[in-house]
Amino acid sequence: MFGFLLRRVALIVPTFLGVTLLAFALIHLIPGDPVENLSGERGMDPARRERLLHEFGLDRSLPVQYLSYVGQVLRGDLGTSLTTHESVAQEFATLFPATVELAFFALVFAVAVGLPAGMLAAVKRNTVADYTVMGLSLTGYSMPIFWWALLLILFFSVYLGWTPVSGRIAVQYDVPATTGFMLVDTLRAGDMGAFRSALSHLILPTIALGTIPLAVIARMTRSSMLEVLREDYVRAARAKGLPRWRVIVVHALRNALIPVVTVVGLQVGLLLSGAILTETIFSWPGVGNWLVHGVQSRDYPVVQGGILLIAAIVITVNLIVDMLYGVINPRIRHG
Amino acid sequence: MADAASAVPVIGATDSAPPSRLREFWRAFAQNRGAVIGLVLVALLLALALGADFIAPHPPNEQFREFTLAPPAWDATGSTRFLLGTDPVGRDILSRLIHGTRLSLLIGTISVAISLTIGAILGLCAGYFRGIVDTSIMRLMDVMLALPSLLLAIAVVAILGPGLANAMYAIAVVLLPHYVRLTRAAVIAEAGREYVTSSRIAGAGTLRLMFGTILPNCAAPLIVQATLGFSNAILDAAALGFLGLGAQPPTPEWGSMLASALEFIQRAPWVVTFPGLAILITVLAFNLTGDGLRDALDPKLRSSRG
Repeated sequence: MFGFLLRRVALIVPTFLGVTLLAFALIHLIPGDPVENLSGERGMDPARRERLLHEFGLDRSLPVQYLSYVGQVLRGDLGTSLTTHESVAQEFATLFPATVELAFFALVFAVAVGLPAGMLAAVKRNTVADYTVMGLSLTGYSMPIFWWALLLILFFSVYLGWTPVSGRIAVQYDVPATTGFMLVDTLRAGDMGAFRSALSHLILPTIALGTIPLAVIARMTRSSMLEVLREDYVRAARAKGLPRWRVIVVHALRNALIPVVTVVGLQVGLLLSGAILTETIFSWPGVGNWLVHGVQSRDYPVVQGGILLIAAIVITVNLIVDMLYGVINPRIRHG
Repeated sequence: MADAASAVPVIGATDSAPPSRLREFWRAFAQNRGAVIGLVLVALLLALALGADFIAPHPPNEQFREFTLAPPAWDATGSTRFLLGTDPVGRDILSRLIHGTRLSLLIGTISVAISLTIGAILGLCAGYFRGIVDTSIMRLMDVMLALPSLLLAIAVVAILGPGLANAMYAIAVVLLPHYVRLTRAAVIAEAGREYVTSSRIAGAGTLRLMFGTILPNCAAPLIVQATLGFSNAILDAAALGFLGLGAQPPTPEWGSMLASALEFIQRAPWVVTFPGLAILITVLAFNLTGDGLRDALDPKLRSSRG
């Protein structure tokens, strides 16, 4: 078991180095160097240019520059934003809880609806219920979520007036950010009005972001469940005279869940991709929105640092999912 | 039951030649009603794309200044001149959508073609040569897979600059790891088979073995993935266009059409509704077709998408 864990951890080191190489290359592939960007339209006299190049370390050879970049990354220094002049790592840390909060609720929503829907479709195979669930999940899977989010806003916010259009909380509330998670912060402050406001701001982004994972989970649960329902032990449990729900929930579901757990774990990348769009539409102050602004305003340290950090998070989460999977399923561990 | 009944005349038939591979494939494909609907939709979209110049009632960029934000025809104040209404500068939405079909299919075709070609070659090399070639290619793919797809596309666009062509390259990069992984897995499975060994003994060279002997037998999963790749490409291109990083105005690309009309969403919902609907229908059509192809060509591949 320990050897398995060690091997998996060792395997992410080259991947992580590769990501730093990619982030490093990003800055060097962009036309023009940082000094040129600083000099603007009027240009800069050659002596000053030389001095700045030296100051930024850009006159050294590329391998040396790369090594010093990796050194900086390991020390947690990701540079400063060109637009706000704040530390990139600091900005990311401030905004990341908002993205986590949104992604967490989206995943909870996706599992809470997708799992029962998939089970229903499998148990009622080839009925109207099955076709409805499968049709809806295929539609959800094909949904351009930026459009879906707009439709949700049009209907629930504009037409019905039930939910706010954008943001994380109504402007009149000023809650001290201790954890960065708005729901936790408002509860800690004991302000129920603020809590309700934060909750209502969360509903539409959660649905928009959770729709594609929901569709994936429903499809996966259905096919996994169908496979398990054919197994001998399910027939044996039925033959034993156990009630139908008990066979489905206890005998079938537990075994059907193994591939579903993996799929849920793999949704992290999908959620972060979706968060970029969802946050942009709902003006949600998370890292996705921040990155899009970074690209649009050519704030390259932000783009570079954001890409590096998000990749690191995805790699880590995938590692954890892999390990959990190894713990659940011994066949993988020894493979 | 129905199968057993219909099988009887086949067994008794005098014509004992096995059905052709195409017929056999079509029978498996046509069993899936959704897949047939998807294929019909794809054919219709293709016809729209090819005949856009004749089908569209107006040129896509012509501005009817006196008819800005005209509602669709079924609205009380709408006219049949602009069936789906007009946008903020008075361009006919239906015509722009029809021309957008051409763009979306083009984006899908080009990015999938680039990605499939490079991916198949890399995967073939990794699976055939193994060793250091395999390790270095697959490690690179791991790095690419560590980035969420839209983020990787944004990173590539950040390097190349926004624009339709660059968006296609970005999407090709994003799709690449899937083709590499699929080809590699299929090549490893095929390389040990007897027909490969016999071909080698017969004196086939490395290139012939790789491209002539092994690759055609890995085609099924690649065809399926390419079809499904179309839907990913169209979705990602629309997302990039929406973020202002893909096709630039006045190109009638669906995602950028949607983005450019955002401020009018309350006054004129149709300028936002129809481009999104076009994306949804197109992506759905390719997903339906891809699922049907997967079931017909390679049942083993069920739900291998992540």
